[in-house]
This record gives sequence, structure tokens and C-alpha cells, in this order.
Amino acid sequence: MLIPHPLLGLRDAQEFTYLGDASLLNRPDTGTDADPEAFFAYTHLRDNPAGVHRELWFHEQGDRSWLVVTRNTLTHEILGAELASDVKRGLA
Amino acid sequence: MQFNGFRVIWEGLTGHKGWKPLWRDPEPQPEYDIIIVGGGGHGLATAYYLANTFNELKVAVLEKGWLGSGNIGRNTTIIRSNYLLPGNEPFYEFSMKLWEGLEQEFNFNAMVSQRGILNLCHSDGQRDAFRRRGNAMRLAGADAELLDQDAVRAMYPALNIDNARFPIKGGLLQRRAGTARHDGVAWGYARGADRKGVDLIQNCEVTGFRIDAGRIKGVETSRGYIGAKKVGVAVAGSSGRVMAHAGMRLPIESHVLQAFVSEGLKPVIDGVITFGAGHFYVSQSDKGGLVFGGDIDGYNSYAQRGNLPVIEDVAEGGMAILPMLGRARLLRAWGGVMDMSMDGSPIIDKTHIDGLYLNAGWCYGGFKATPASGYAFAHLLSTGRPHETATQMRLDRFARGYPIDEKGAGAQPNLH
Repeated sequence: MLIPHPLLGLRDAQEFTYLGDASLLNRPDTGTDADPEAFFAYTHLRDNPAGVHRELWFHEQGDRSWLVVTRNTLTHEILGAELASDVKRGLA
Repeated sequence: MQFNGFRVIWEGLTGHKGWKPLWRDPEPQPEYDIIIVGGGGHGLATAYYLANTFNELKVAVLEKGWLGSGNIGRNTTIIRSNYLLPGNEPFYEFSMKLWEGLEQEFNFNAMVSQRGILNLCHSDGQRDAFRRRGNAMRLAGADAELLDQDAVRAMYPALNIDNARFPIKGGLLQRRAGTARHDGVAWGYARGADRKGVDLIQNCEVTGFRIDAGRIKGVETSRGYIGAKKVGVAVAGSSGRVMAHAGMRLPIESHVLQAFVSEGLKPVIDGVITFGAGHFYVSQSDKGGLVFGGDIDGYNSYAQRGNLPVIEDVAEGGMAILPMLGRARLLRAWGGVMDMSMDGSPIIDKTHIDGLYLNAGWCYGGFKATPASGYAFAHLLSTGRPHETATQMRLDRFARGYPIDEKGAGAQPNLH
């Protein structure tokens, strides 16, 4: 698989490590009113779709940036990649 | 449909015209007491024990494709009970004991061969861990032996004992472990269930659950609505997809695991060898092919095929420990979809919906568990209580903080 890194162009997926569903960017609040249910769901539950999946890849053997890669889990086709920092900023 | 030597000779002399299907091909009834979703190894075993051991009368198995079309036909056929934790080991030892009596139980040749499994160790720390694991196995009634370097050398002279990075210092041997004929297991359970009146319904995909006031009423399928008092889902690999129809999110990711078989060779490996440190394990099939594999690819996938870098990684592991492998040609490579749970251990439990039960999360260890998984799931479906060896395999263990984490890797499914 080749991942279209937004800064470095097409890079071999072997340069990356995989974390999982991009929803891991949305960590629940850790404040005093932290909800254990929300943390359980964040830590353990996944949508696990068959089809288009947004997921976190870390460019460990490269520029050490986190990417949000959009990929089809049925065909392994990669549909796009964004910097996770940009995605996170969009969420805020 | 029975098989015996006389029948084989007779059919040979009369043009093989008398063989008949092993099971019926029934139309779905409007309603069943228990519906099993998934006609793979675990689903068929569940149906078999429901009908034969728990005397359930109106049972159906719904299968999207053909019987045994998933991971029961895609695994590397290893059976073993060399686990560590008290939530797992008694269950897998129960499974091992069922394997030992399986062919007599369902009168089908499943080619169960107790040829032994050897886990290699490479350091004092790893030997200590294996000693602990071996003791845990023996406490649960399984067998385990710790071998030193000379014993490993005598057993498998072809191993690269003096590998520079991973010198082999010894191993943990379970002699009662071994291999079985994967398809034969599915066929034996299917025939045994069919004979007791279980309807095995193929080409019937479950497309939804009918749930009323928190209670299951039946399933929507590609062949129409079918009512049921209880529904058990055993579709490991696709659990996330199927349970999404019931509005559930699971502590599971689906990943692809590859396996490989070489051309047929003369007998060279008479047991199963695992090289965990190098992500490689191997056995030799009765046809002579070396059957081997390694780690999952590591990313979510439903593709039933993996990528080349993992093939390279597995081949490197094999060459490191068994250099003669380099002379063998690869015959086939394939992939299967695994339910990777958040702690590496399975789930056999009720759900929050009355009458809906879940059997899932087998990671890459589902084949060896087939008999016990079927038995324990049938026990739960029929009696409403978990089997005594499966009491910890609960769906809510993650929320309660009681995972069964064999590797101690935490909630990270691609590390198990």
C-alpha cells in the first residue's frame, strides 16, 4: 500500500505504524466531571466498518507525523490522507 | 451418509453413483426456538451440541455463503491448550479434551493428530515465562514439558539452534497438542447436527434483527423474515458488521491474517514449531506441504488477503530459524479476517438485548477452540448460564476492568 502523505507524496505503508480508528482523536474530557462510560467507549469500542474507514497512521520511519488516512477495508484502496493536526484543528 | 471401507470399494466398482449429500438443504421454517447466525466451525459446533447434548428441538443455522466458507477453511489447523490465564486455560483444555474424543463423538474422520507443539525460547527471561505458563497449564489439567537446548536439537535437528540474534535455548512442549483436518471438523459437526433435525440453511444472509421492547423476535434475512425465541451470533471476522444491525458497537476490530503452504515435501517436521520472537510458526500437512504463518497485517481489513511486506516478514522469520525452508517453493498464500478483541481473548455472552447472544472475538485462535466454543455457547443458549470454563469470557469485562489479557498489551487489538 502507498500512502499519499500530504507533505512528502506517495510513501510505502511499511514506513508507518498503525494505531486505529480516527475517532481516537476525540478523547473525552478528563476534567472532574469525566464520564467513565465515555472513556470505556473511547478505549474499547470501535465502529469497525466494512468499507470506507478513517484511521490513524504514524510516519515512524519518516517525518514522524500523524496522518488520518481514508482507506477502504474491503479492497485496501487508499482514498486520501490528511495531517492529523489539521483534522484535530478542524474538530476544535 | 456413512463412510466405511466396504462402501468405498463398492462405490469404486460401481462408478461412484451412490454417494449422497451429507446433509439436507431445507427451506427455512417461519419460526425456530434457537437460530444460530453463521455456519462456520463455531456455529455448526454450537448447533451440534444444542441438538445432541442439550436436546433442543427447533434449531436452525443461517449461513450467508456455504457451510464452512469462512475461517474454518482458512486456518492452519493447530489445536493446543497452552494458555496462561485462569480465564482462558481451563476453557482451552476443555476444548483439547473434546478434540481427543471428537471423532468417536460425531463418527467422522477429523484427522485429529496429537503430534505436539513446541514453543521456542531464546533467553532466560523467556524460559522463566514458559515455566510459569507450563505450570499454569498443568494446574488446569493440561500437559507441559520444558525442554532444554539438547532436547530441542534432538527433536528437530533442522532448526538453526545457533542463530546469532535468536539462539534457541529450549522450548515449551505440549505433546497432546497437534493438528486436525479443518474442513472435516465443519463437515462432521454439520452432519451430526443435520441428523438431529437442525436446519442448515445456506445462502441466507442475515440483514437485520427484529427487536421489540428490548427482546429479540427474529431475524431479517435475504430469504425473508424468520422468527426466533433466541438468536446466537457466531460470525467471528464479521461480528462488527452483523452486530451493527442490532445497534451494537463491539470491543473488536477486524484484521487480516495470512497463511502459507509450500509444495509437498517428504516428512521433515513431525509436529508444530512456533518461533514467537520471529513471528513464525510451521507444521507439515499429511500431504507434505509445510503450512506456516506469522502475524496479522496490522490494519483493519475485511479483504481476506494481505500485503507483500508481511509475506516477506514471515519468510524472514522462517529462514532465520529453519534455513532449509529457503529451498521449498511457496504453493499458496491466503488471508482470513479475524475478530481482534481488545484483550486478545474471546467473548461468549448474552447481550443487553434479551434473547440475543454473542460468540465473537476469537482473534487468530478460533480453530482450536471450535469444540469448546460450540459446547459453551450451546450451554449458554440452552440453559441461560455460562459454561463453567467460560465464565470470564464476558462482553462487559472491558467496562468492568477485568480483561483477559494474555499478552499484557492493553486495549490495542493489533498487538494481540
